[in-house]
Amino acid sequence: MLDMVTVVDVVLLALLSTTAVAILIMRHLFAVVALTGAFSLLSAGLLVTLDAVDVAFTEAAVGAGISTVLMLGTLALTRRRESRPPRLSPIGLLIITITGGALIYATPDMPKFGDPNAPSHQHIIPSYIKGSQDDIGIPNIVTSILASYRSFDTLGEVAVIFTAGMGVIILLGRRREDEHGYSEDGAAYPLKDKNKPKINDETST
Amino acid sequence: MLAAILDHYNYWLIIFLMMIGLYIVVSRGNLIKKIVGLNIFQTSVFLLYITIGKVNYGTAPILTGQPETFSNPLPHVLILTAIVVGIATTALGLALVVRIRESYGSIEEEDISVSEQFQAESEVNKISS
Repeated sequence: MLDMVTVVDVVLLALLSTTAVAILIMRHLFAVVALTGAFSLLSAGLLVTLDAVDVAFTEAAVGAGISTVLMLGTLALTRRRESRPPRLSPIGLLIITITGGALIYATPDMPKFGDPNAPSHQHIIPSYIKGSQDDIGIPNIVTSILASYRSFDTLGEVAVIFTAGMGVIILLGRRREDEHGYSEDGAAYPLKDKNKPKINDETST
Repeated sequence: MLAAILDHYNYWLIIFLMMIGLYIVVSRGNLIKKIVGLNIFQTSVFLLYITIGKVNYGTAPILTGQPETFSNPLPHVLILTAIVVGIATTALGLALVVRIRESYGSIEEEDISVSEQFQAESEVNKISS
């Protein structure tokens, strides 16, 4: 009953839980970002045991790679430490108790883990698996669905990425501008209000 | 008993991960920490979807010419899209954090609300004087 795959599965999930709790407790943001990368890499390992090799590949590249780089870049532009010590949040605990309780209450209605007769495997999937070699001619069924059967999803994804990219450019592109036009050194956008309270960054910790 | 646990343990552990992510988002005031929490939540949802697609003794859905049992490829496709959309939202959130830091000098929620209050008060004083 307890085969090797289950053991690997449980060990990876335990490591993921430990990493998540460490992220919750840590105050040094550099360590938090490094642990986020480790979290993504561990989840990529778990995805391989769940047969999702394409997803694992993407998660390792995007989640552990690009996302960590973006966060480190943000840390370089902001600050390294959380200033408030971690404290118990009663509202947060209430929210996760209710949400988590509801989700766990619902799991017995879910199909058993790995059940080949689960409803999600009955509709349309058999015809994809049977027909993709003749229809598309690519051995990887995930690629066939992504790029052909469901290519409009991927088109929508491109629109989302384009919108997000424009958003980032609009938000950060303004930094080069000052009141007279464009400053050549790319200095930070001048703060208009000189009256606002100065909040000490590194000394307040 | 053991069989009942083995049937659903994956869902429970993933829900635990999800709740840690949600708790970080709700309870921590640091904006970068909040985005990290959101990322944990997101990754747990990905794992939940892929768990639903798993078939016992199945393999990765790549045709080799032999008759095999494949895991469900459809959740894989959905999550591939979701990962890329997730990194897009993370990038946008981090850009917002950088802008907030430039305007308010802080990325702590409480400092930002103090700063906003101060600004509002000084505007009221300007009008009344």
